[in-house]
Amino acid sequence: MNYNWNWHIFFEPNPTGAGTYLDMLVSGLLLTIKTALLAWIIALIFGTIIGILRSLPSKTASWVGFGYVEFFRNMPLLVQLFLWFFVLPELLPRAAGLWMKQLPNAPFWTAAIGVGLFMSARVAVQLAAGIASLPRGQKQAATALGLTTAQGYRYVLLPMAFRIIMPPLTSEFLNTVKNTSVAITIGLIELTGQARAMQEFSFQVFEAFTAATVMYLAINIIVVTGMRFLERSLAIPGYITGK
Amino acid sequence: MFGNLDFDVIRRSLPYLFLDGMSFTLMLTGLSALGGLVFGTMIALMRLSSYRLMGRIAGLYVDFMRSLPLVLVIFWFYFLVPYIGQWVTGASRPIRVGAFTSSLVTFIMFEAAYFSEIMRAGIQSISRGQPAAASALGLTYAQSMRYIVLPQAFRNMLPVLLTQTIVLFQDTSLVYVLSIPDFLGAASKVAQRDGRLVEMYLFAALVYFAISCLASYGVRRLQARIAIVR
Repeated sequence: MNYNWNWHIFFEPNPTGAGTYLDMLVSGLLLTIKTALLAWIIALIFGTIIGILRSLPSKTASWVGFGYVEFFRNMPLLVQLFLWFFVLPELLPRAAGLWMKQLPNAPFWTAAIGVGLFMSARVAVQLAAGIASLPRGQKQAATALGLTTAQGYRYVLLPMAFRIIMPPLTSEFLNTVKNTSVAITIGLIELTGQARAMQEFSFQVFEAFTAATVMYLAINIIVVTGMRFLERSLAIPGYITGK
Repeated sequence: MFGNLDFDVIRRSLPYLFLDGMSFTLMLTGLSALGGLVFGTMIALMRLSSYRLMGRIAGLYVDFMRSLPLVLVIFWFYFLVPYIGQWVTGASRPIRVGAFTSSLVTFIMFEAAYFSEIMRAGIQSISRGQPAAASALGLTYAQSMRYIVLPQAFRNMLPVLLTQTIVLFQDTSLVYVLSIPDFLGAASKVAQRDGRLVEMYLFAALVYFAISCLASYGVRRLQARIAIVR
């Protein structure tokens, strides 16, 4: 293979004038983490609301939940980001559209919201499945104790459901991290974007991508290990995942 | 709100969008699904084999692929495939690889990891008595896989495999990062040429949405029909 390897490239100054190539990649890594965390918060909030709607006995509520999930699941994430980034500002009233376009860090906010809403549909499906997996007696017992529907969800159903769906939620969080890389298309220079920039500046393609790969693997290993501890301490005794 | 939009641009670019763009997308989806299924089944068999080392290698491959974002993998293969080609053909310099070949290799390698997990679940869902009965009848390992286990595993997992193919169909839009004119790439080209981003992206979204919705409806129907009563 006639490729000139140069692993010292990471410690050479990058052309932006601020630090080395390694600094570039690390700043990309931090942006990836920041975007993913914000997206995950959005996904959890909206996913919880929609997941609850899907589990309610009301026909209207479950239709809204169904429609929401189908909407976000049946379009490529890339297309959704384009809709938020290019299309939405044009369709809003002039002043609002202008404000959106002039927002500092527009790619960051668009990416976080776009990926967050995309992932919220998946969280909703998981949560609805978690609630459905609870024995019927739990809801009935909550009602028998005089809890309102809202209280029943808040104190009985949701705490149980979330603990049950912990493992799939972990992989959904990792998907969120991976999906932030799609935002490279709307100009968010996160980890993949920085690796690509480094490749264009230095022509050291494989070193740049190797470093990004190692960083993604590190995120995965850290999250999986951390969540395993959390899952163990939160597992419900008596359930398969519990002791 | 829709006042100064020109939806005629969609009509004018329909032939380009569908004959060039969509046919690229569908071809890439179909071939990647086939290749991913074949390669994924091989990985699944490796993972379940009684040789520990083979199982470990296959497991590492799957975990590795699944922890990387597809965009990064697309970039990796885009730069790597010419070198792999050089190595395979023994040429003196990295060979030139077309956009289609490069993305096809990427998606087959990437999707194989996901398809292999589905096939593994399918193979494990077959009761132990079946391969045992097969070997009692004198079938070799290859024969029992070919005639007994894999057909049933494939049938059990068909809805999941098709759902994954719908995800793959949506994921092929990511070849946009290599400026390849798949359906979205074609829409984006027209959008930028004519300055009609809103119309083109809305239309692209609608087309992806309609196809994915129809396909997942079809999968649900199929699932109800082929479910084996136990």
